[in-house]
Amino acid sequence: MGDRAVLVELGDDISPQINQKVRGLYIGTKGHRIKGIKDLVPSYRSLMAVYDPLVISLNSLESKMNEIWNALDDARLPDPRTVEIPVVYGDKYGPDLEWIADYHKMTPQDVIRLHTQPTYQVYMIGFMPGYPYMGEVPDELVTPRRKTPLTHVPGGSVGIAQKQTGIYPVASPGGWQIIGRTPVRLFDPQGKPPSFLEMGDRVKFFVITEQELLRWRP
Amino acid sequence: MAAVEGIEVLSPGLQTTIQDLGRFGFGRYGVPPSGALDSFSLRIANRLVDNPEDQAGLETTLMGLRFKALNDVCIAVTGANLRPQVNQRPLEMWRSHVLKQNEILSFAGPESGCRAYVAFGGKLKVLPLLGSLSTNLPAGFGGFEGRPLQKGDVLHVDSPTLKLAAAGRELRHQWIPEYPSTWTLRIVWGPQDGDFTDKGKRIFINTLYAVSSQSDRTGIRLNGPEIARKSHTAESIISEGLISGSIQVPGDGKPIIILGETVTGGYRKIATVASADLPLLGQIKPGDKIKFAAISLEEAHRALNEMESKIRSSFKTSDHVREQGAGR
Repeated sequence: MGDRAVLVELGDDISPQINQKVRGLYIGTKGHRIKGIKDLVPSYRSLMAVYDPLVISLNSLESKMNEIWNALDDARLPDPRTVEIPVVYGDKYGPDLEWIADYHKMTPQDVIRLHTQPTYQVYMIGFMPGYPYMGEVPDELVTPRRKTPLTHVPGGSVGIAQKQTGIYPVASPGGWQIIGRTPVRLFDPQGKPPSFLEMGDRVKFFVITEQELLRWRP
Repeated sequence: MAAVEGIEVLSPGLQTTIQDLGRFGFGRYGVPPSGALDSFSLRIANRLVDNPEDQAGLETTLMGLRFKALNDVCIAVTGANLRPQVNQRPLEMWRSHVLKQNEILSFAGPESGCRAYVAFGGKLKVLPLLGSLSTNLPAGFGGFEGRPLQKGDVLHVDSPTLKLAAAGRELRHQWIPEYPSTWTLRIVWGPQDGDFTDKGKRIFINTLYAVSSQSDRTGIRLNGPEIARKSHTAESIISEGLISGSIQVPGDGKPIIILGETVTGGYRKIATVASADLPLLGQIKPGDKIKFAAISLEEAHRALNEMESKIRSSFKTSDHVREQGAGR
């Protein structure tokens, strides 16, 4: 991509298997600390390596990443973490909950039950610092984005878009259907690491009350 | 004995932020580089005041910034000609000066270009976050409290007296960039240029685009005829990594040049601006015209090498002597 990034595509779909391959290549490449790589951005199905062409040539970067890829089957990947995230669903914290329930001809309680059921996989962190793209929501809950994006989605908002669910770390415009809010701080530039979640993590949501939200201490 | 050292902002102008050369290595957490959009000008400004190239300075947009020196400090103004003045007398750009205590530096408005850079001899004292002093405006962190400067802000500069001797350095005149209002940007095709029709690609390369007023530090939006996708392709792609200079074509077929505040995106990228031309992106303003010229990857790397050797030998011989002298 351009004259200072390589995009390694490992599939053409959103799937846990393809994403696992990306995670493997990402962890492998990071572990090699290749001089000249400025940044690595893993996403659903590809890994982007930003490099400094004054330090490393494209050819040698590509051959190094190829070697890492070929050796990957033998490398043991660390097990992903499982993280539980508290959410207040509905009312002012989840203005689209009713709409989604109507859309699927179910009750808001059904939506909450379905959303808290799976253990999601964090496919990538992107769009803004700390924003996790997670999947997949149960088939009954697959919902299109809002027709009109909101100009202000508060930080901590939990949303659904198609098969995915995500959390806005800070206030931002956004088009996802908002069903609830978490008190967990997803991004802290002074934190180590700065992001609460990382690619590959497993996430399970659980229900809390408004009182618990307001009193929540991490 | 040192009283407050630094500057006090009297007026922030349209938008003034603290930026260095960017925040790299946290893309996996969705953290974009931010940083000076015209990195060339910031690097030169730092060299003029005897700072390391990658130190933070001020990036100010179009007009209105005014600040007062709280003590003598060596400064250099580079980038756009926003008609800088000291106590209302014109200040020569691309050259370092001592701004004396209580003198006021102001920017009257654009003559050419979009963003000017001010470097201070010494070091701006703000908290580094994730390895950088750059301001990330969308997420609200870094720089000065994660926001643009406001009236009354006081910026501290570490040990400015050490750098006062650097005053008088200047960039070789032939290398002072000119900022036209019609730009030719060199691009490398891809990564998804194959998803556009041949006619669409011809439109992209032959159109003189107009820069939309909806352009800011996140991206330069262009107005022009629609670039059509091949018929079997969906409107968006599965989100993936982006770099500044990536040229996205969303559903309406109008290109957006991504700047340094984004790390992933879900639209096709028809081309990427060559690294050697990235600093120009910081100087393009609403109403300007843009044309793209395709070059090969090898040509792009050669152009980058040329720019770097230019920066390395950017000062007049006498200044080199002074630079060496300063080290003794």
